Amino acid sequence: MGKLYDKLAEDVRFIEGLKACLNCGTCTAICPAAEFYNYQPRQIVDILQTRDDDQIEALLKSETIWYCGECMSCVTRCPRGNAPGLLITVLRSVSQELGYFVESEKGRQQLAIKRTVGEWILKYGYCLYPSEILPDMHPEQGPVWEWEHENMDAVMHRLGANYKKTGPGILRKIPQEDLDEVQRIFDETGGTERFRQIEDFSRIKAGEMGISLEDGLASDYFRHIYTTNNNDHSKDA
Amino acid sequence: MKIEGKRSIWKEYQKEIADNRFFYVRSCVRQNFFPGSEKTFLRIMKDELNKDVYENAAHTTCSGIGYHSDVVPFETAMTMVARQFALMTEAGYENFTTSCITSFGLYSEILETWHHFPEVEDRVREHLLKATGRTFTKPANLSHASDVIFKFRNEIAASGKYRLVNKATGNPLQVVEHIGCHYSKMFPSKGVGGAEYPYVLVGMIEDWGGEVIDYPERRHCCGFGFRQYLVQANRGYSLACSKKKFDSMAPYKPDFILTNCPGCPMFLDRWQYALSEMEGITYGENGLGIPVLTYEELAGMILGYDPWDLGLQVHQVPVEPLLDKIGIPYSSQRKFLTMDGKMMGQPKAPSHLKFYQHE
Repeated sequence: MGKLYDKLAEDVRFIEGLKACLNCGTCTAICPAAEFYNYQPRQIVDILQTRDDDQIEALLKSETIWYCGECMSCVTRCPRGNAPGLLITVLRSVSQELGYFVESEKGRQQLAIKRTVGEWILKYGYCLYPSEILPDMHPEQGPVWEWEHENMDAVMHRLGANYKKTGPGILRKIPQEDLDEVQRIFDETGGTERFRQIEDFSRIKAGEMGISLEDGLASDYFRHIYTTNNNDHSKDA
Repeated sequence: MKIEGKRSIWKEYQKEIADNRFFYVRSCVRQNFFPGSEKTFLRIMKDELNKDVYENAAHTTCSGIGYHSDVVPFETAMTMVARQFALMTEAGYENFTTSCITSFGLYSEILETWHHFPEVEDRVREHLLKATGRTFTKPANLSHASDVIFKFRNEIAASGKYRLVNKATGNPLQVVEHIGCHYSKMFPSKGVGGAEYPYVLVGMIEDWGGEVIDYPERRHCCGFGFRQYLVQANRGYSLACSKKKFDSMAPYKPDFILTNCPGCPMFLDRWQYALSEMEGITYGENGLGIPVLTYEELAGMILGYDPWDLGLQVHQVPVEPLLDKIGIPYSSQRKFLTMDGKMMGQPKAPSHLKFYQHE
């Protein structure tokens, strides 16, 4: 048994997600990602079952593990009770811990998610926050969102939110002592360490690629990982 | 098959939903994009149904979007959820109901994990105690807020002003229902009707007078895909999933789409706009889209609440054609007013998708 396989198997989600795959391909048939990307959850499980470290390392460095949307449709359909989508969560965790995620275009995007959703959790106590969802980063949100953005306080007030205010309610300001608890939970449970790993490995990779990476969302490396698509990911590519 | 046999089989697809005394936690997506829906849920629960629903200002995100986009470790997400349970315990409640489907799936996953791996629960309890000084009791009952509206759907119908019937023809409205993937695909026993026969929205539609459309891609994901939407370079995945559904449902001419997940209505609404801009496609008649509703908005419409109090003005696909079909009155002049009655300006009209502006 390989060391990487052992590391994956330390995660309870791996134990829950991988029982015995018979390679029937039902997961691939139901998978939305398999329809869009060059991706087969069946192959992921097949590689894991080899327990071969070389193959697993290649997988951890690949684009492939980042194609899944974690909708978990595969979980419903597997006739053997496997959960390929859950195995993906473990592969992605280990890929980030070992710094392998920066070896793929899709993996490098983790920094963009950390600097948006990840940091908003600590800053606001919400995964999403309206003043941060910028129309120029979200053209698909359309003119209604642009209008909301320009009138956010008034719109939120009209719709019954308690936006930025104290007390319970929609988009209330979460008290600092509660945000402090969230920070301590992250410190205690590996969340802060995960963020540090994403930042550190990304900084090294940005240096290798010769692209500048500063704090925030404005630097060249952030823009690069947020928008770059080499168009070599689809099943038709 | 004898009716007793059917009932026996159907029992496997039932779920117990608490009757009262709910500890309510909010949804990040819902609060950002459809805040009026959460407002409406509490209004219905308190004003119409006289239920005790408690919200603690100290609750936060469960971190589920961060977890499913893989920047938040499982250990962290479990402890964030444990903190929500601690707030419930401290407030003296034991029925936990959540506005969010990602949260509902995560709570279900964590409770199932703790059931199979008690040592993990012990470890999370230690994390929580060390980080916050809190302890918790697990919920006696876990529900999604759509379960709760489903449970009381007949009471809502009984005091409702409107039914899902076309006023002009007298025919039932034709409705697409879309269930969030994490409602029951991972843990079928946790959802009404399981993963095979999700009944949570069908029950509302049928008991409120409409008819459900069964179309080929009914159970396909809306395409959120977490990282597949959050990062701009990946959004083709998200758009393609929604388009697959629109193309599949359009021949059945749905009057509207009903959803129970906070994310799905946002994507099914916004991607119709994006497709109209990208390819000139509109899925309704005469340049209209297919209106997309949350179950709270629909319940509020049935009860005769003002459409702008429900928040229907922040839909990119206009809902006015549906209001007209049912015969629900609304004031175009008031669509974009502040609470104090001042005009906020109004959104620009899209290039192709019809939009109802202030007159």
